[in-house]
Amino acid sequence: MAHDTHDIHRSRAEYEFVKRKRATEMRGQLTSFAIMIFLTLIAFTLVAAEFSPYLIVPILLLLAAIQVVLQLYHFMHMGNKGHGMMAFFMFSGMFIAFLTVLAMVTIVWW
Amino acid sequence: MDLNKRYTPQTWPDHPETATLEGKNKFVGFWLLLAAETVTFASLFATYLALKDKGPSGMEFTAAGLFELPLVFAMTMILLTSSLTSVYAIYHMKNHNFKAMQAWLGITVLLGLTFLGLEIYEFNHYVHLGFGFTNSAFSSAFYVLVGTHGAHVVFGLSWFIALMLRNAKRGLNMYNAPKFYLAALYWHFIDVVWVFIFTVVYLMGVIG
Repeated sequence: MAHDTHDIHRSRAEYEFVKRKRATEMRGQLTSFAIMIFLTLIAFTLVAAEFSPYLIVPILLLLAAIQVVLQLYHFMHMGNKGHGMMAFFMFSGMFIAFLTVLAMVTIVWW
Repeated sequence: MDLNKRYTPQTWPDHPETATLEGKNKFVGFWLLLAAETVTFASLFATYLALKDKGPSGMEFTAAGLFELPLVFAMTMILLTSSLTSVYAIYHMKNHNFKAMQAWLGITVLLGLTFLGLEIYEFNHYVHLGFGFTNSAFSSAFYVLVGTHGAHVVFGLSWFIALMLRNAKRGLNMYNAPKFYLAALYWHFIDVVWVFIFTVVYLMGVIG
């Protein structure tokens, strides 16, 4: 019973349409992947080039944040329809995560 | 309704992972798990940041002296690529192309195993240098953080392999579509955590 679903049957044209739509989405995923690779290369290059840590650290964290957003919103579809509650869960988790790191680090470093 | 009902690409729903009530419930529960995992890893990251380079007086190991970037770079590229190959697997799942999905999952598993092999090599190398788990607060925090991520990789790989073997003859249906989808989500989450590990532990570690 828990597996009940409405049967659908697409016409040939409808089927070709959704298939093409998925192929377009897949090309978007490839673009995200290329961007992620590029961001990773920048991060490693910055460190290898031995710039000042005060300059690099904020940039590294920013690059990581962008990459995670791409991963969550493109690869994991967190922004898609029906993901409102999922985004709420994740943002709550990230908020607690941020507080945890902040609290621990301030207690120990000061 | 028959769980083993056969579908064709034309009758296959747009979102097979949430087409059934069971699929919907799994979907919600799984994201809740991912949110909780975020907090788990945050506590490990916080511990690591607090204890980085700390240990008994005379300890010779520091993050800047220990970590080597070429290996970490290779591991990062491999895991990132495996994230893309699992996107391909789900792309074929949505097109109801079982064989192509299995093939891409197989590639994902191979990349994951390579990543795991490199991580084992890395840990083994550190232990031989004398940087064991009990060496210092720094070493314990490092191994627990990176090791917990490694354990997730092991679990993710076992999950993929179990799904591939268990459903090898079944093909795609409403029973297993949510399972494949969630395993791929888990794999992406593992890559999300790794992004922070290579940034915070390795890159920021090498800077000093």
